[in-house]
Amino acid sequence: MLGKGLLQGLAVTAKNLVGSYHDPARYVTQEYPEVQPKLPEAYRNFPFLVSETADDPMGTLRCVACQICEKECPPQCIYIEKSKDKKPDATGKAQIYPAVFAIDTAVCMSCQICVEVCPFDAIKMDQEFAIAATDRFGGLLLNREQLAKPNAYYHQIHPTEAAEVDERLAAERRAAEEKARLAAAAKAAAPKPAVPAAAAAAAPGAARPAPAGSTAPAASAPVDPVPPPAPRPPSP
Amino acid sequence: MMLPDPAATGLARVRKIEGAALGLRTPAFAPEEGAGDLLEVSLGPHHPSTHGVFRMDVVLDGERIVRLKPVFGYLHRNHEKLGEGTSYLGSMPYTDRLDYLNSMTNNWAYALAVEKLAGIPVTERAEYVRVILAELSRLLNHTCLAGFLMQDCGCSGTPLMYAFREREKILDLFESLSGSRMMCNFQRFGGCRVDPSAEWLAATRTLVDGYGAFLDEFEALLSGNEIVMARTQGVGRLPAALAVNAGVTGPMLRASGVGHDLRKVDGYGVYPRFNFRVPIGRDGDVYDRYMVRMLEMRESISILDQALRGLPGGPILDPKAKQRGLRPKAGEAYGRIEGPKGEIGFFLVSDGTGNPTRYRVRAPSFVNLTILEDLCLGHSVADAVIILGSIDIVLGEVDR
Amino acid sequence: MESPEALRDRLLARFPGVSVELVPNGSPSGQVSLRISPAGLREVARFLRDDAALALDQCSNVTGLDSPDREVVETVKESQPGAPGGPPVVIERKQTRIEPGHLEVVYHLYSVARRHGPVILRARTGNRTDAVTLPSLTPVWRSCEFQEREVFDLYGVVFEGHPDLRRILMWDAFAGHPMRKDYVEPDDYEWEPTPHGEVLAKARRHYPSAAAPGAVQPSP
Repeated sequence: MLGKGLLQGLAVTAKNLVGSYHDPARYVTQEYPEVQPKLPEAYRNFPFLVSETADDPMGTLRCVACQICEKECPPQCIYIEKSKDKKPDATGKAQIYPAVFAIDTAVCMSCQICVEVCPFDAIKMDQEFAIAATDRFGGLLLNREQLAKPNAYYHQIHPTEAAEVDERLAAERRAAEEKARLAAAAKAAAPKPAVPAAAAAAAPGAARPAPAGSTAPAASAPVDPVPPPAPRPPSP
Repeated sequence: MMLPDPAATGLARVRKIEGAALGLRTPAFAPEEGAGDLLEVSLGPHHPSTHGVFRMDVVLDGERIVRLKPVFGYLHRNHEKLGEGTSYLGSMPYTDRLDYLNSMTNNWAYALAVEKLAGIPVTERAEYVRVILAELSRLLNHTCLAGFLMQDCGCSGTPLMYAFREREKILDLFESLSGSRMMCNFQRFGGCRVDPSAEWLAATRTLVDGYGAFLDEFEALLSGNEIVMARTQGVGRLPAALAVNAGVTGPMLRASGVGHDLRKVDGYGVYPRFNFRVPIGRDGDVYDRYMVRMLEMRESISILDQALRGLPGGPILDPKAKQRGLRPKAGEAYGRIEGPKGEIGFFLVSDGTGNPTRYRVRAPSFVNLTILEDLCLGHSVADAVIILGSIDIVLGEVDR
Repeated sequence: MESPEALRDRLLARFPGVSVELVPNGSPSGQVSLRISPAGLREVARFLRDDAALALDQCSNVTGLDSPDREVVETVKESQPGAPGGPPVVIERKQTRIEPGHLEVVYHLYSVARRHGPVILRARTGNRTDAVTLPSLTPVWRSCEFQEREVFDLYGVVFEGHPDLRRILMWDAFAGHPMRKDYVEPDDYEWEPTPHGEVLAKARRHYPSAAAPGAVQPSP
């Protein structure tokens, strides 16, 4: 019958019209920004740098300026300058740190390749998406002070992933300390251990060689034996 | 031209309500019409019916099209050149931006080409997850296409909004798995990036179980609608022989009656393990192209059901499979899959370094556009709009 | 489907004047291709399409490739008369020679009817400057129409017998072929400095005040 299809279609639209007032499955509009979206845990947008503590972000950055992410970043939006000196990281090991770490979020495409290639779990994906700015460089080219966020924040946005990372890092630290302990024991057993040990102690970062049997520091515990260098002045 | 016997290859032919049998008449031009001057019109590039920045240079004789030249490239960013300057892993997120509705299948096609090039085996679980995501992507694409096509026909809003409501559910699944709604960057060489959790699989199961009901509703709205039939039946007929010769692939080729589906022909991944039919059309007109997609979605639901039930355990990604710093031996490989829009292929040439020396994308929308003029000749401008809509192009992929 | 070697032999027997060369492939994909001399390319293509056993009715993919001129350093030994009465002195001289490059087009052929493939055809131009003409395969497969236009646009291969050879992705007034390896992009269009790399170096040259690496610009 001609017109049957039309009537059938009208029935469908009528059902949907009525349903959009009563049926939650058909009531799909969200009133952003009054109602903020509920982001899934996996949601990613722009990277940030993980620091161990909130009160000294520059002193406890996990990043050791290895520049792997800079090389791998497909749109080349990361810029890193290595530090000239070393300073202890959160575990007390002397490390090079990024003197400059900048991400151009106007170029970044949030692909998270940097996160995947980072061997130090130092860069992770943020969930910040409302970052519109009127100033191309001041607002969108983020420096390391703007990028650093504490591990606690990481736990807040990606709890499952962050717990896994903490567990892995703690295990790595335990293994490293075990190795250091065995090495120290072997050295103690060796006839002439004095010279290299003294040289190692003289190195600025090796002030805290892991003593045998010491407990691993908790992943989020602040460990900062030397004062951090003065942070770069914040951007205008 | 020889074609495989439909009965032997598990094909399902489109069942079609003939508009003519209901007394509908598709308007056609009288042969004597249009003896006047020709008029050249530029349709686009900023026109909602062109699905992006796309232009058609149309020469009209009255209302009848006598010449049509597609003009594109407005979105050209030399994707292939970018691929030559980027590592194998680094190109993966760029493939998301080709056909930005179907980043999952783009990723898969690229991963498949690299796996062929470097000889990387894929884990069993990842193969199933890839099938699940590709079929979800197909549902998403075809649902959107039906909505857009109806928009082009003049049914403003309603079907498109219904389509987008369902699309949103699939995008939510993609987002909760990969972290991004559209730019998933999900496949890796030898597997997938993330292992789907039990909750995610349960959510997918809920969606798959409910999708048939949505399709019933959608088809009740559209498939038997007399206006849709009058508007689309007999418009833009594509003969099978021309379709094959012109490299047309995907639902568009099948609507012309050619049962060519790479999921069956190449049998890549674990598709041979699933039981599904390949829908084909009879006349190759716009209505058939719409119906073939509708039927394909039903088959996708069946594949999804089988894949979710058969999903094996085990690792999602072989930890030995190299991602960063992959340097395949010098050589070349062409890998292709059945994307929702047709055959999406990547041709990679390696010289043994970390970047491909040639990175070629065989984009289905681009090749399918070849016969746009042939389809539109003799039709009206309004028909050209729905013919373009039925080809299903995404300019991100056409222009690259 | 017959092996590439068998196909090559069959083509050689059928087209005596055409050179058909098997191009090996070092990748595990094992996709071996056939390099055909340009003069016979279209006849071979038509044969492959119409041959009942092959029935390669679909040309799926057309790719351009660029091999730029290569500088080859060779050591040349020359003997010169030495001191009077003495033996001749052999002088080694380094000589650089330019090995001319070429453009190449690759066609991936499949059979929809027989469900096999790919058969891969390649053809090379004489050089990259004035002998860049190859026969178009659009008369054999319509699917080549846009793809050959793209190769013409981005690589500069001229396809003889193409019905409508114009630029397709770049605009008509554009000069150059951007996919060629030696293409140098214009210094200053859509200047967008990233924090480092070539773009930044370029930006420094053009806008010395504007692009300090990493440093944040003072707000206006």
